[in-house]
Amino acid sequence: MNYGAILATLLVLTVIGFYLGRGRARAAAGAPTRLHSLPGYYGAHVAIWMALPAFALFLFWISFQSAIVEGMVWNGLPDRVAVLGEAKPKNALPAAQKQLLINNIRNYASGDIVSGEITDLVKQGAAAYRRLEVLSSWIMAAAMALLAAIGLLVTYRSISPAMRARNRVERVLLLLLMVASTIAILTTVGIVLSLLFEALAFFTKVSPVDFLFGLEWSPQTAIRADQVGASGAFGAIPVFTGTLLITVIAMIVAVPVGLFAAIYLSEYASRRVRATVKPVLEVLAGIPTVVYGFFAALTVAPLIRDAGAAIGLTVASESALAAGLIMGIMIIPFVSSLSDDIIIAVPQALRDGSYGLGATRSETVRQVVLPAALPGIVGAVLLGVSRAIGETMIVVMAAGLSARLTVNPFDAVTTVTVQIVTNLTGDPEFDSPKTLSAFALGLVLLLVTLCLNVIALRVVQKYREKYD
Amino acid sequence: MTDSAQSVLIAGQKEKVRRGLDRRLRSERRFRAYGIVAIVLAILMLLFLVGTIVSNGYSAFTQTWIKVDVLLDEELIAPDGETDPETLREDGDFRGALIETLVADYKPEGRAQEDLLVAMFSTEAEWTLQRHVIANPDLIGRKITIWVKSSSDIDQLTKGAVRRDSPESGRKLKDLQLRWYDRMTAENRIETRFNSGFFSSGDSREPEQAGIWGAIVGSFLTMLVTLVLAFPVGLAAAVYLEEFAPKNRLTDLIEVNVNNLAAVPSIVFGLLGLAVFLNFFELPRSAPLVGGMVLALMTLPTIIISGRASLLAVPPSVREAALGLGASRMQVVSHHVLPLAMPGILTGTIIGMARALGETAPLLMIGMVAFIVDIPGGPTDASTVMPVQIYLWADSPERGFVEKTSGAVMVLLVFLIVMNASAVYLRKKFERRW
Repeated sequence: MNYGAILATLLVLTVIGFYLGRGRARAAAGAPTRLHSLPGYYGAHVAIWMALPAFALFLFWISFQSAIVEGMVWNGLPDRVAVLGEAKPKNALPAAQKQLLINNIRNYASGDIVSGEITDLVKQGAAAYRRLEVLSSWIMAAAMALLAAIGLLVTYRSISPAMRARNRVERVLLLLLMVASTIAILTTVGIVLSLLFEALAFFTKVSPVDFLFGLEWSPQTAIRADQVGASGAFGAIPVFTGTLLITVIAMIVAVPVGLFAAIYLSEYASRRVRATVKPVLEVLAGIPTVVYGFFAALTVAPLIRDAGAAIGLTVASESALAAGLIMGIMIIPFVSSLSDDIIIAVPQALRDGSYGLGATRSETVRQVVLPAALPGIVGAVLLGVSRAIGETMIVVMAAGLSARLTVNPFDAVTTVTVQIVTNLTGDPEFDSPKTLSAFALGLVLLLVTLCLNVIALRVVQKYREKYD
Repeated sequence: MTDSAQSVLIAGQKEKVRRGLDRRLRSERRFRAYGIVAIVLAILMLLFLVGTIVSNGYSAFTQTWIKVDVLLDEELIAPDGETDPETLREDGDFRGALIETLVADYKPEGRAQEDLLVAMFSTEAEWTLQRHVIANPDLIGRKITIWVKSSSDIDQLTKGAVRRDSPESGRKLKDLQLRWYDRMTAENRIETRFNSGFFSSGDSREPEQAGIWGAIVGSFLTMLVTLVLAFPVGLAAAVYLEEFAPKNRLTDLIEVNVNNLAAVPSIVFGLLGLAVFLNFFELPRSAPLVGGMVLALMTLPTIIISGRASLLAVPPSVREAALGLGASRMQVVSHHVLPLAMPGILTGTIIGMARALGETAPLLMIGMVAFIVDIPGGPTDASTVMPVQIYLWADSPERGFVEKTSGAVMVLLVFLIVMNASAVYLRKKFERRW
């Protein structure tokens, strides 16, 4: 049964409930002045109690339906199942084979592609799966209808002129607003838990000390024992240095350009120049990173390689320099707009005092404005650094995969985000250390950027208060 | 001290000050120049980027077609003599008919040369022919003239991206093919048309058949899910935090959380989506539903922060007046504060959505990188989105895909410019100074 149809029916019923409630309130009032609340609130009260419990049941049901249906299908299969041509007792199957079988049944039932042969077992399971799914959605629809009916009945009967419908409706609304605001917390908890859970699984296979301090990174684990170049080493130092190298290059580009642009715009530029240049810089911030990545890989990297070759340098075609340069350009507007805000927040009185003593504009900027704005600018730069560390697409497209321990900007290096992407795209298997290592790297990434952000936000906020 | 000695001293000081002033003014000019150089540098980079993309990509919107004369041989197309669409589709050998006529016209010698000749045409050519014949079955047995798509290599040659003077072994088009091409040009058989297929078809392995419509539909569905989830929740959270929340530890915690989430790298949201939505809740991979959910979580902090700023900008006198007239707090917010703050909230939402539209990394994590040819029909169908399509094409080695990638970037940038411009317009039009 179609979920959209169920929800649409619920919506229609709720609207009907609203009008019923409002009509009864009007009828009960006799004269409008006798009601405690406006008639619409009585209708809304009915509607809320019809829709909310049924909708909550719906969400709860579809979250757990597939797991329960799968369990029932599994129990319904014969005790001995044929896997890869031989019959085995069902309950002694390895977890991977069991999962494969269930996936095949589910895919066959929904008409998707099935890996391997479609056996009678799969067909039988799929039939049961489809039957149970239909049954389950009918039960759900019936239960939802029942809840809505109870809601309608109870609230409809309770309508009387003295009932404080507005207060009741508003209390529910406030509760909903409150729930919405806790989603931010839930997201953070979800991020931390999911990273921690998978990272811990990784650390049972690779020791954290080897991970954090090891000097060799080669996540490809050997499938055959004699395979060359697939040692499965998980020492993340080369990955960290690669990230650091690209970040440093990016900041070398972004900080001077961004800072000078901000100084010029806030101290020198006329109103008109400011009004045209600021949006142009914001355009740089609005360009998707995948576009920067494409630009770096297609145009900038070959340019740098050819320029290097012309003066006799060997430059890798996926050099850290190209990725860092483009990342720096991406971060310029970030640094400049934050610094701009901070420089403007420096009180005019400080500047006037400096001018009064005969200082030129640049002397005022260097000796008065910048020192006063320094903490804020440091905060802006830290935020830029955290941006650079977490940036993914530019490095995925323009930096390499080879985890080399080097600080030579002409070499190819790899970064944390590149490793996360390459180890998780495709069909990840959640028991191999290669896949799980991505979550460990993600955890490190989250912790580092979180620290940088907290420090930066503190610094910026503290500084703002000082002059307010 | 005599007068003259004093005047000498003053003159010396004046000289010193003047020299010092020169130096100081020079450094002033230098400092100013640094600022101008920084801004010019940033703008030049932007122009360079946009210029590169446009000069690479504008040709993606055109496509080379070749006129061929095809003898619709009954033996090949309708061997049983039946011409109903079903039989034609099943049994008709349109490729054979096409090759037969081409071989008769261009007379390649041997199998290898024949392959070279066929390689000048898109593999789509036979379907074009098939559609034409099914629509007009009475043409069978006659010789017709029909326009078909060229292969990507010929397309690139027409657009001037292939160097004819390079050694033959170094290019994909061989000398023989160039000679045939020149003959076709002389016979007016080559034409460049608007590439409507680019805007109506899905992905393909062949550059000349690849289009971005599938990705546009995928992006639209994903954005729809994001908007439906993020806007109401973000609005509700902003209203609660700004208008109702008591000042206590819980609300402090929420605030810190929102601010931090806004700065968490986007790829981490992808990891969350993979671990929670795909592995725990077993939602379908590659689906706009999951992509939209992940992007909604990512966009939520932006909407909350901009929403709170807009609510804060509504002066307290509005609230006090409404309260004074007997409105409840909920009525104050919904009847008076929210309508006044709405333009600001919408502006923030549009900017957040524009960011989500250009986001790639978290979608790679939840499997939206699959090669998908079909146009998605709903939020649970496997699909891809525009930025991911750009990423996929950028990885393809064929020259034809460079142009497609740049073309797709141009389309994406147009969408983003429209969204951001409408946000600016909204802000300008409804901005109120209190």
